[in-house]
Amino acid sequence: MVQGAKAGTTKRSGRPGPAPSSLKTPPLKNEGLTQEQLLQAYNDMLLIRRFEEKAGQLYGMGLIGGFCHLYIGQEAVVVGMQMCLKPGDQVITSYRDHGHMLATGMESRGVMAELTGREGGYSRGKGGSMHMFSREKGFYGGHGIVGAQVSIGTGLAFSNMYRNDGSVCLTYYGDGAANQGQVFESYNLAALMKLPVIFIIENNKYGMGTSAERASASKDRSKDGTPWGIPGEQVDGMDVQAVKAAGERAVAYCREGNGPYILEMKTYRYRGHSMSDPAKYRTREEVQKMREQHDPIETIRKILLEGGMDETKIKTVDDKVKTIVADAAEFAQTSPEPDEKELWTDILVEAR
Amino acid sequence: MGATILMPALSPTMTEGKLSRWLKKEGDTVAAGDVIAEIETDKATMEVEAVDEGQITKILVAEGTEGVAVNSAIAELDGGDSKNAAGGPQQPVSNATKAGGETAEVAKQAEDHGAVAAKGAAKGEGSAAQAKGPEQEPEKDWGPTKTQTVREALRDAMALEMRADDTVFLLGEEVAQYQGAYKVSQGLLDEFGPKRVVDTPITEHGFTGMAVGAAMSGLRPIVEFMTFNFSMQAIDHIINSAAKTLYMSGGQLGCPIVFRGPNGAAARVAAQHSQCYASWYAHVPGLRVLAPWSAADAKGLLRAAIRDPNPVVFLENEILYGQSFEVPEDDDFILPIGKAKIERRGKDVTIVAFSIEVGLALKAAEKLAEEGIDAEVINLRSIRPLDTETIVNSVKKTNRLVTVEEGWAFSGIGAEVAMQVIEHAFDHLDAPPVRVAGLDVPMPYAANLEKLALPTVDHVVDAAKSVTYKK
Repeated sequence: MVQGAKAGTTKRSGRPGPAPSSLKTPPLKNEGLTQEQLLQAYNDMLLIRRFEEKAGQLYGMGLIGGFCHLYIGQEAVVVGMQMCLKPGDQVITSYRDHGHMLATGMESRGVMAELTGREGGYSRGKGGSMHMFSREKGFYGGHGIVGAQVSIGTGLAFSNMYRNDGSVCLTYYGDGAANQGQVFESYNLAALMKLPVIFIIENNKYGMGTSAERASASKDRSKDGTPWGIPGEQVDGMDVQAVKAAGERAVAYCREGNGPYILEMKTYRYRGHSMSDPAKYRTREEVQKMREQHDPIETIRKILLEGGMDETKIKTVDDKVKTIVADAAEFAQTSPEPDEKELWTDILVEAR
Repeated sequence: MGATILMPALSPTMTEGKLSRWLKKEGDTVAAGDVIAEIETDKATMEVEAVDEGQITKILVAEGTEGVAVNSAIAELDGGDSKNAAGGPQQPVSNATKAGGETAEVAKQAEDHGAVAAKGAAKGEGSAAQAKGPEQEPEKDWGPTKTQTVREALRDAMALEMRADDTVFLLGEEVAQYQGAYKVSQGLLDEFGPKRVVDTPITEHGFTGMAVGAAMSGLRPIVEFMTFNFSMQAIDHIINSAAKTLYMSGGQLGCPIVFRGPNGAAARVAAQHSQCYASWYAHVPGLRVLAPWSAADAKGLLRAAIRDPNPVVFLENEILYGQSFEVPEDDDFILPIGKAKIERRGKDVTIVAFSIEVGLALKAAEKLAEEGIDAEVINLRSIRPLDTETIVNSVKKTNRLVTVEEGWAFSGIGAEVAMQVIEHAFDHLDAPPVRVAGLDVPMPYAANLEKLALPTVDHVVDAAKSVTYKK
């Protein structure tokens, strides 16, 4: 069975919501979003897409080292969710994190320069692709150990509860990490303490090279919180409008003090797990089908045009994004390497 | 303007590959993200995607060509990049090779830095000894004292810091309603309420990660492990999440947190509940590791640990909880992190110990005195950073070193202390240092076997006699 078809079913448990959308027939109309909001979403998704393509290119040139996990294909998830947040809310994710950083408003230059290991990077070159943070933008990493960010994100939500400040924490992880023991420990803790955390499973169907079907006996990850009474929804993660609609329900639920919420985003990564992934575990046709029929960016582009958006307006966004990414790549190559003194800084905070 | 498509590297070690197939031909128009070719290395086949949009005007490398160097031009878009065109056929420059070369260079530098690191660490922690002279400045006199158990001292330290700072909270198994598995948190729930004294389910991995997250957002959690044996369930968060994030974030995200609980052997609880974790945690940059012996140590060091902006591993001892000591009454009493205490002055041999072994060392010193050997006993208090200065100054006076620890000797704290002395006072040593440690076996349950596995006063006496050649 083609997995794309399966991903199309949108089920929910817990709270009611709008009718399910289907991957098979992307809705070519505005669903609660204005043309301007859609154009913004298009802009934000395209920035991630082009940024990641450029990162892949720089990797190919030997300018980025080590691990580099690209987010291409999954852009609708972070962009849709980010539209539901307000200042003070937090975001935390795994190592496939460039898209999340850009979505929270972190600068392309700083992210790209971290990828090239330069002084101008967010961690001054000491973190790399998997380890960037911005307290200012509410982005708490960037974590390299599969599943670790789920407990940490639960802790960020704990601090929101402790301070009673009404903030929520978006905790992202993949279908692979969703099998980690600490994820279920976190469900229990969050439900017990009614913590304002939204657990977002980015189910892109493969944990590295192992398909979700071969890794988990749980077939509907949105129901993984059922024993603890955590409501969950399956969402078409290739559709930014569906993501935003589900995100609004989840955020509202959390802000009201009801405790955690689970969103399983049915999404897809076009690229390999990391740069050196030959992708033998899936066919080119599978990838191509997704790209052609469900691409989150193309879908929005079509809706914009059919809604009467002037094509030159879209072209302006395309050009602007291209310029930002080119500038980021230029900065990432010209920013100097960190000073050797940096080797010995930031190991401990000096005591007061 | 045109562009040149270059042969990409699939990994930092790839220098060349086979261009196995073109999926586009000359004249085709491509968009960013389109798969245009397949390349092959000995390990894998990968797709090449277009980065720019445009028309492929020329294919420079035919499909099936082997040994295509990384970064050499393989096709031209819209007439090619004028820079490259002007330069003629591109040099088969391989960034991957270059990167490899750089990696080797960096590795060599790192090796050099390794030597520097050892010196650096010594400078940070000990070698100021030479500058300061042989006598350690006396510990601050905190005035009148009262008798307290270690258990009471720990509770008082937490209560004082929780009163002073409302971001400080305690969480762990049985810390609230049960009043602490070992009664260390007795009374705290009544005073501070369930928001700040938080009972958790038995899920060390999850609640430790949660506490680390809370610390990253600026709260100051105290995590109680019922015993440090269970911290192994959570060690990933202590090391990978708490200790390393400050560095990985370029200084943006600190983690002010205390991990505390009883460490080491209790009595008759066998192998899984009787292990010393001092050397495990002391190994890690980004952590502080403290190990109090007396009630005053416990109170002064725990207050310092809670106020410290870094992750602190605070190793207590169950057997010491009920023991009484004199503790300063001064409300401001606090001890510095990184300073050892000379518990007994002597001139013949330096005995370095921490936690419960300090008591053992002091008893040994009394016995040694009866035999005419004047031992100096150092209570480390802080394992990381290690007070090398105090140890080295002492050995320069006594010329002999015995270390005492309950944990295993191999890669233990005694090994590190001895090495520091060898590095900084080798010429002052009149005998090889001797380590007294727990035997290299999992802790047995049987009373007689357990007794055999742990250090005793007589072991310390024997070791001191051997390094002073009195035996």
